[in-house]
Amino acid sequence: MSASQEIYQEQILDHYKNPRNKGPLPDAQFHGKDSNPLCGDEVVLHVRVDGSDRIADVRFEGQGCAISQASASMLTSIVKGMPLDDAKAMKKDAVLKELGIPLSAVRLKCALLSFHVLKKALEVPPGEN
Amino acid sequence: MARAARILLNVPSIKKDFPILERKVRDKPLTYLDSAATSQKPRQVIDATSDFYGRYNANVHRAIYELGEEATREYEGAREKIAAFIGAQDSREVVFTRGTTESLNAVAYAWGLKGPIQKGDEIVTTIMEHHSNTIPWYFVKDFKGATIKWVDIDDEGMLRMDQYDDLITEKTKIVTVAHVSNVLGTINPVKEIAKRAHEVGAICVVDAAQAAPHMPIDVRALDADFLAFSGHKMLGPTGIGVLYGKPELLEQTEPLLGGGEMIREVHLGWAKWNDVPYKFEGGTPNIAGAIGLGVAVDYLQGLGMEAIRAHEMEMTEYALKELGRIKGVTLYGPRDVKKRTGVVSFTIEGAHPHDIASILDVKGICIRSGHHCAQPLMERFDLPATARASFYIFNDFEDVDALTAGIKEVQEVFA
Repeated sequence: MSASQEIYQEQILDHYKNPRNKGPLPDAQFHGKDSNPLCGDEVVLHVRVDGSDRIADVRFEGQGCAISQASASMLTSIVKGMPLDDAKAMKKDAVLKELGIPLSAVRLKCALLSFHVLKKALEVPPGEN
Repeated sequence: MARAARILLNVPSIKKDFPILERKVRDKPLTYLDSAATSQKPRQVIDATSDFYGRYNANVHRAIYELGEEATREYEGAREKIAAFIGAQDSREVVFTRGTTESLNAVAYAWGLKGPIQKGDEIVTTIMEHHSNTIPWYFVKDFKGATIKWVDIDDEGMLRMDQYDDLITEKTKIVTVAHVSNVLGTINPVKEIAKRAHEVGAICVVDAAQAAPHMPIDVRALDADFLAFSGHKMLGPTGIGVLYGKPELLEQTEPLLGGGEMIREVHLGWAKWNDVPYKFEGGTPNIAGAIGLGVAVDYLQGLGMEAIRAHEMEMTEYALKELGRIKGVTLYGPRDVKKRTGVVSFTIEGAHPHDIASILDVKGICIRSGHHCAQPLMERFDLPATARASFYIFNDFEDVDALTAGIKEVQEVFA
C-alpha cells in the first residue's frame, strides 16, 4: 500500500465519489449546519424521526475535502435507522472507528465536522459530544 | 526531468546552510515549498540567536555593564543593517515589531483609531490583501465610521489600476496595498499607487511581507509612507518584524504600546514619550529576534537581492510550465514571471486542496492549502481554497519535479 493510500483508502474514496444519502430532505424535523474555516468544508444535515423515535431518514448536503465529505456520507449510513437516543449518545470514536484511518489533529476536524453537525441538529448540548 | 538552472544562486551550497533540509519527514527527504508562510532558517541565523542567549544576554538600552552594551550594540546594529537593506535614510526610520500584522495594526491604530480619520473619510485598499491588512482597517471603519473602498483585479490577478481614478477622492486619507499578493504572487505597482495617494494628501501604507524576502526594496524610490514586513519569511526568527515610516510621519505617530522603553519621563498624571523609534518599542523587545534578522539580512545581501529575484523568476517560469502541462491543473496569477513572484497557487480538478496537501505530505512535500488568509480574494475567484507552492533560495528545479510527480499521484488517487 502506498503512503497516500493509507489515508485515502478505497472505502473513503468510494464514499467521496459516490456519497450515500446526499441531498435535501423536505420533511425532516431536525437540521444542522457547520463549516470548517480551515478548508472551507461545509456540511448540512437533515434528520427525519418517525413515530417510534427512530431516525427514519437522514440526508446531508455540503462541499469540501474528501475526508469531510466521506465521513458525512458514512455518518448518515451509521445513524439511519438508529433510535434517536442512541444517536444523541453516540461518541465520536464510533465515527473514527468507521473511518479507520490515521488522522492528524488538523484532519480530525474535517473527519468530525459532520458528527458535530449531527449533535447540533439533535440539540445535544456542547460538551456532551 | 529538470534541466540545470542558470547559475544565479549556488543552491547546493545554500542548502548546506539549512540544517532542517538534512532531516527526513515521513522517511522522505524534505521538499519545503511553503516559504510564503514561513521560510526555513540558515545556520548563521540560528547561531546568532543562540549566541545572544549563550554569550551576551542582557536587556538593551539601559544596562550600565558590558553585557548590556554588547546587547545594545548588536540590537542597534541590526536596525542599521535593515535600514540599509530597504534604502531608508536613517536607522531611526526602522521600528522593530512582532511582525507585519503588528506593524499594520500600529499604523491603523495611530492614523485611524487614535488619529485624524473622521466619519466618512475613505480608506482605499484592494481585494487581494491578506487579512492582516484588512482587519485593522475594519477596526477603523467600525470605530470611526470610515468607508473602505476596494480596488478589484482582472482575471489574471493584476490590479485594476484604472479603478484608482474613481476610488481615490478628496475624502481618501489612507491608501493601502500589498506589495506582493500572498496568493497570486502579483507584484503591485506601489510607486504609482503611492503617487496617486499623495496627489490627494493621503498616506500610502504598504504590506511588504511577501516582497521584502524576494526582491530589492527601496522605500525612498517607492515613496511609501509606511511599509511593513516580517523577519520569519526572510530567513529570520519568528516574532520579529519591521515597521518602516517616513521620519516626519513617525514623529506624528502615536505609540500602540505604553510602558518600558517608550517613555522619556513619567509623572503623576502625565508622561512624555521617548524619541522615534524607541517610543514604538514599549516593553523588552525581541532582542535575539532582531539580531537574528540582522544576520538574515547579511545572508540575503551576501547572495544579492537581484540574484535572488532572478533565481525565483527561473523557478516560477519552470513551475508554471511544468504544472501548466498537467491536464486538470488550473494555475492562478499572472503568466508573465516579470509580473509576479514564486508564489504559485493551483487547483486540481476533482481534488480538494486539503487532500492535495495531505497526499503531498506523505511524500515529504510541504505546501499550503486553504484560503491563505485572503478570503475576499477567494470569493473573487469563487473558490473555497487553493493549494499553494512557494519558492525561495534553497529550492531548485528538482523540488518542482517532486511537486509535479506528487500532483500526478493526487490525480491517480482521485481518478
